[in-house]
Amino acid sequence: MKISYYPGCTLKTKAKELDVTARLCAKALGVEMEEIENWQCCGAVYPMGTDEIATKLSAVRALDHAKHNGGKLLTLCSACHNVIKRTNEDMKTNDDIRLRANNYLKLDEPYGGETEVLHYLEMLKNVVGFDTIKKAVVNPVNRKIGAYYGCLLLRPSGVMAFDNPENPTIIEDFIRAIGGTPVVYPFRNECCGAYVSFKNGELPKQKSRKVLTSAKEKGAEEVITACPLCLYNLQVNGEGILPVRYFTELLAEALGVKE
Amino acid sequence: MTKEERIENLNRLSGTDVRKCMKCGKCSGRCPAFEDMDIKPHQFVSMLTKGKIDELLESKAIWNCLSCMACVERCPRGVAPAAVVEAVRDTVVRMQGKNGIKAEEIPPIIDEYIPQQLLVSAYRKYNK
Repeated sequence: MKISYYPGCTLKTKAKELDVTARLCAKALGVEMEEIENWQCCGAVYPMGTDEIATKLSAVRALDHAKHNGGKLLTLCSACHNVIKRTNEDMKTNDDIRLRANNYLKLDEPYGGETEVLHYLEMLKNVVGFDTIKKAVVNPVNRKIGAYYGCLLLRPSGVMAFDNPENPTIIEDFIRAIGGTPVVYPFRNECCGAYVSFKNGELPKQKSRKVLTSAKEKGAEEVITACPLCLYNLQVNGEGILPVRYFTELLAEALGVKE
Repeated sequence: MTKEERIENLNRLSGTDVRKCMKCGKCSGRCPAFEDMDIKPHQFVSMLTKGKIDELLESKAIWNCLSCMACVERCPRGVAPAAVVEAVRDTVVRMQGKNGIKAEEIPPIIDEYIPQQLLVSAYRKYNK
């Protein structure tokens, strides 16, 4: 099965291992991730201002490309997923944004939110199936692992529809599928401190330490995430309280496809 | 621009109906940046309702809001306090010389691990 894939800026640079391991694992599981042509950075944060149009156009371009190439757009970075999914909702439900974005883009046929945005974890769960993954595991990751959801995959839940925003389970199910023991801890859906480093460096430090301390107290040996900025904040600002890795690195380890 | 027009602009930019607030305070109770917010999330909502624009535009909290959407998630009335914070921040940074970060401040604090995502996010949030 082939699926259009949007990698995003960081997956080509500082978070290469997220992109590379995801592709290797998808291939092993029978999914071919076809990188869309000429994709542009999504902008990393969803612009909430109701008059923001130009800042949403790169997401709309990617969505429109996917519409004509299978109808689904696979995302991997949590931030790209958040921006693209929320922009898609605007294109579907907000007449003003849809009209103005289409006026800018002058596509052959106006885009109206037709594409289905799918995060890699949703692809694993709903397209491949955790049972199939379980059968494909050759090296069970026999450790206690804390899932770190952060904000971007879950909220706002009305639009993201990813999982229960207060008590999510998809990453815990993923951990079980690869042979690990999930550790549920209170701060797994609390913000890591996001982008405020340049304005208030102390805030991401406090937030990241709180997340990792919470995971450690509940017995986690490591933490996994889908977001390069969460990984950075937890690793650098979290001062090595626990090792933090991308969930796809553990999947690659379990499937024995590590390079 | 009259004061009424400025209030109307801020309401329109936020896209949320602050009059629906029932003052339960759940948004501020859930805010992970609460201690760093000089104006708390519930106050952004009530101050916009009362038209206290000048105080809002002076807020330091606009630089500390994480846009984590926890306040939006918890609101039982469907109000989006984070969207009010963003509308105030957008209004500030769109003014001449009011960008939140300056390019020359970045190199000294950058390290080799900083993801592009952080730079792009910060510029999108703090500068126009």
